[in-house]
Amino acid sequence: MTLFLQRLFDAFDNGAIYAAMALALALIYKSTGHLNFAQGEMAMFSAFIAYVLSSEQNLPTWLAIIISMALSFVFGAVVERVLIRPLERRNPLSVVIVTLGLFLVVGGVAQRIWLGTPKEFDSPFPDSAKAIRISDAALRHRTIWFWAVLLALVGLLFLMLKRTKIGLAFRAVASNRESAQLVGIGVGRTLMIGWGLAAALGAFAGSLRAASTPTFDTNLMLPVLVYSFAAVTLGGFDSLGGAVLGGLLVAVFETMVSGYVEQIGGQLAQATALVMIILVLLVRPSGLFGTRKIERV
Amino acid sequence: MRPKARAAVADALLEATGVRAQYGPVPVLHGIDFRIDEGEIVVILGANGAGKTTTIRAICGMVNTHGSIRLGSTELVGKRPEQVARLGVAHVPQGRGTFPELSVADNLAAGAYLRRDRAEIARDVARWFETFPVLGRRRDQVAGQLSGGEQQMLAIARALMSRPRLLLLDEPSLGLAPLVIRSLFERLSVLNRTDEITQLIVEQNANLALAIGHRGYVLETGEIMRSGTAVELRKDDAIRRAYLGT
Repeated sequence: MTLFLQRLFDAFDNGAIYAAMALALALIYKSTGHLNFAQGEMAMFSAFIAYVLSSEQNLPTWLAIIISMALSFVFGAVVERVLIRPLERRNPLSVVIVTLGLFLVVGGVAQRIWLGTPKEFDSPFPDSAKAIRISDAALRHRTIWFWAVLLALVGLLFLMLKRTKIGLAFRAVASNRESAQLVGIGVGRTLMIGWGLAAALGAFAGSLRAASTPTFDTNLMLPVLVYSFAAVTLGGFDSLGGAVLGGLLVAVFETMVSGYVEQIGGQLAQATALVMIILVLLVRPSGLFGTRKIERV
Repeated sequence: MRPKARAAVADALLEATGVRAQYGPVPVLHGIDFRIDEGEIVVILGANGAGKTTTIRAICGMVNTHGSIRLGSTELVGKRPEQVARLGVAHVPQGRGTFPELSVADNLAAGAYLRRDRAEIARDVARWFETFPVLGRRRDQVAGQLSGGEQQMLAIARALMSRPRLLLLDEPSLGLAPLVIRSLFERLSVLNRTDEITQLIVEQNANLALAIGHRGYVLETGEIMRSGTAVELRKDDAIRRAYLGT
């Protein structure tokens, strides 16, 4: 029982990270119908920016993460404007290729700058190492902080979507792009904001990931991206709440399977993500909360 | 039911000259001229593929267009759809242009996207809920769950939320039951008379459209074959045979 609880708590750490990444992927998918394969590498780059700000500029870690999120927002918006928008008009499929290219370029640039000794990144939260004991299983403060901040961000995002004009524009563009133009919504500007928000969420995920491993290098987000794809598949590609829950469930599934099934262990853990993707697509292709288009004629 | 035709000297709200439009390499409009005066309902008739929808899309900057389309003194050709919307042109696209995942209330809020006057927006919402009571009863339902006729009403109400100078309607009768179509056209006529909403209606259902319209154009394979007042068009033998089924 203790072991089970401990594994569950361990899974929550990764769950928060997968959830944030999955949310970023779902945000872009919902508004554009594209999967951004570079999301993980962009998040890795953002984590390094936060690392540089905190270790070389001596900023407090939490401030470094916030600044990195802001810079990532701008970068994400620029990617939409400069790379995605001009190409999408010509051929929607080219967007997939562009995000794959971006995946390689961002990864390559990061390796060029930061190759060498693995980096250490402190947790932004106080007393991270301390833990609450629940029937001998340790629930670390860090884990609680991760989820508290993640849920606060998710809450802000939903408030923005439901209560503000930008949120209305975003939902309108996601629902019917042509009609959105016809009521005067600047579709391009709205999508830029969507890409920016996704990149900022990615920066948050990347920073948490960097803070939750002893050391990190440019491979930081590669496994995370795979799990996040599993998470959005499970949650339903266009469901933001589903992405968060999917992130948590995928992490639990990963931890339990690799913990209890000896043959899988650490090395094959990522295969659980693949198994999960295939199972979901076979049994329920729209995921737990994904919409099949509502239409009545 | 029909108000008398306007004098020809009235100011043109919209004046199109030599409009050509094409989808990729395929030309659809071969240089057409038409005008819409302030306060009019103008009808464009034509068979499938004649270029009716393209005409409306050309006004809104949704298709590659050449020539000139002036709204008042502003040239529309070359503008993006959201810029045309900002100039006061509202477009109800074919096959209902609602936001299916958004609630009825949010659809109307999106229609007022360009406006800042909150109190007036709330008043307009109340007003269109009065005009279209079924929308008021379903304000919290998502639009995709409404029936076809209800969605068409919603699309029109949403367009009106922008307080347009010109309302463009692309085949509003498409896919609706005859009774629903009749009440829809009556409402459009009332909107024209009581709210002075200028309208361009593109229709295959020539009977009803000419019953509420002041003037009309007949489009055939991308060219205007005939134009005149609604009365003249309804008397024209060729048009009666081709479009009125009598």
